[in-house]
Amino acid sequence: MEKFTTIVSTYVPLPNENVDTDQIIPARFLKATTKEGFGDNLFADWRYNKDGSPKADFVLNNPTYSGQILVAGKNFGSGSSREHAAWAVGGYGFRVVVSSFFADIFKNNALNNGVLPVVVSPEFLEELFKTVNKDAKALLTVDLVNQIITNNETQKTEAFEINPYKKECLLKGLDDIDYLLSNKKIIEEFESAR
Amino acid sequence: MKTLFDKIWDAHVVTTVKDGPTQLYIDRHFCHEVTSPQAFNGLRDRGLKVFRPQQTIITADHNTPTINQDQPVKDEISRNQLDTLSKNAKDFGINFFYPLGHQKNGVVHIIGPENGFTMPGMTIVCGDSHTSTHGAFGAIAFGIGTSEVEMVLASQCVLQTKPKTMRINYTGKLGKGVTAKDLALYTISKLTTGGATGYFVEYAGEAIRNLNMEQRMTVCNLSIEMGARGGLIAPDQTTFDYVKGREFAPKGEEWDKSLAYWKTLKSDEGAQFDKELTFDASDIEPMVTYGTNPGMGVGISGSIPTINDIEESGRISFNQSLNYMGFAPGDKMIGKAIDYVFLGSCTNGRIEDFRAFANFVKGKKKADNVIAWLVPGSWKVEQQIKDEGLLEILTEAGFQLRQPGCSACLAMNDDKVPAGKYAVSTSNRNFEGRQGPGARTILASPLVAAAAAVTGKITDPRTFLS
Ligand code: SF4
Repeated sequence: MEKFTTIVSTYVPLPNENVDTDQIIPARFLKATTKEGFGDNLFADWRYNKDGSPKADFVLNNPTYSGQILVAGKNFGSGSSREHAAWAVGGYGFRVVVSSFFADIFKNNALNNGVLPVVVSPEFLEELFKTVNKDAKALLTVDLVNQIITNNETQKTEAFEINPYKKECLLKGLDDIDYLLSNKKIIEEFESAR
Repeated sequence: MKTLFDKIWDAHVVTTVKDGPTQLYIDRHFCHEVTSPQAFNGLRDRGLKVFRPQQTIITADHNTPTINQDQPVKDEISRNQLDTLSKNAKDFGINFFYPLGHQKNGVVHIIGPENGFTMPGMTIVCGDSHTSTHGAFGAIAFGIGTSEVEMVLASQCVLQTKPKTMRINYTGKLGKGVTAKDLALYTISKLTTGGATGYFVEYAGEAIRNLNMEQRMTVCNLSIEMGARGGLIAPDQTTFDYVKGREFAPKGEEWDKSLAYWKTLKSDEGAQFDKELTFDASDIEPMVTYGTNPGMGVGISGSIPTINDIEESGRISFNQSLNYMGFAPGDKMIGKAIDYVFLGSCTNGRIEDFRAFANFVKGKKKADNVIAWLVPGSWKVEQQIKDEGLLEILTEAGFQLRQPGCSACLAMNDDKVPAGKYAVSTSNRNFEGRQGPGARTILASPLVAAAAAVTGKITDPRTFLS
């Protein structure tokens, strides 16, 4: 997993609420047996016409907006447990998703793939949408070490939460399996004590 | 004083990471072709074996055709995924492997319980969010991502932050023609799709006790649609009667020992939940959804909300949703014309659902303009449909049966509802494109689906029940 450091980037706004995993990556793209290539089909049904041409009105097709951060409406990632959703978000090039609320499984999946979900207050989120509407080149700073997100344009900051263990994993680029494998003995002891 | 959830959780804690999640031991791991290939690849990359191959059960279901299963799968990429699954099962020594055509094959959350893999008190995971289904037995069952699938394969453990607990009590009785599906859709419509996020839900009360196991599975199955990590119901005589004698259930002395333990699995009197809600089951009508998430449901006699009913921040999504569905705010749901009916999925693809559907359509005829896909959840369910004489009833009424699998629940195979067409579906998600690009899904119970199938429109099934 790629190590996570502070990210300063322009951001892509997606104010829709309840963006579900079937929107993030529709089921028909789940037939692959590797983790690569999902970024091309991120938000496929919103992003492409039937013939595969891009839909001009969808934000990812609007060259005005770009960056490593996706800023989305409330309750992002509800629905299926498909990790493909996190692979698609990460594969597209997003390292951070900001929203006022995330679905549980998506949050876990994102963290397990080096994509940081940042929960902000509804007001902070609202302001991010306003800021980017005015200036698509507005910057956002996500500082994982200090757990602070800053709207560079307005200089508003907010602290965000992350489990200390998960934070360590992200900063060091480690994953849970490394941890679990180091625990084999305790697992066997647990099994024989049952 | 402990909740049911705490009792099972505590019994499975291996250790706790400092300032971090709990390392939870997993009793059963269900696995299918879509969310597992990358996990097995991960094991190969790290040079690892499956730690406890006897605790993983594999089936092919998501990506499988529902006709001509005896012939090679036509779609090349689907076939590759299925072949990969077989190879992984073989390479990693998984004996409980039920590929296409195997008599134990079927939708993962249907074959688990019916073969006795699912037992009270267990921890159960699967790379599929509807793993919550197994909670109906009084188990902690939840969906995981592929990285976590890899963790379970490698160590029989996952790292989890302990969720908060919620209890939802249902007083009173469900009315005639009102089913477990309606109870669940009603609850989601009240809580919204994010209303139980961060919680594990225990369902309790008279209306829950009165449900049989199939119906309890429907309720727990839909827990995830309100954001819950999972849902569970304390085991009771109904549970024990269902479990007893199943192939992989404990036998003899083991059974007695298990039973004694299972009887302790209930929330203690006075146990504290982080949140507690109560609904009156007699308030619930047959439900239908009008929008593009499962929280957008109304009683069948009701109307779609108007924009004023919607919070301001949700209005963009609300409008987009109705636009997609081709509905107008304030519309009545009854009488809306439909094109497709799907009976099946891990929500409503069990024998109970086919009984309800068949009893309803008995002596009636499928409407000519409706295409109906009736997909049993497993070969065992299919066999029961035949054994109980339901197939004749269905055939007589103009319906055909397809072969088991997830089918139009997520439309990864050819069972796709065409763009713009309306499907009354007994599955669990009405997301945009879930049943095919542009497909418009109305979630409902098997009874409402049956009423729609014979009338060609949204119809209150109660008008047919005497
Ligand atoms: S039937 Fe639908 S919800 Fe259930 S496991 Fe299959 S795809 Fe998932």
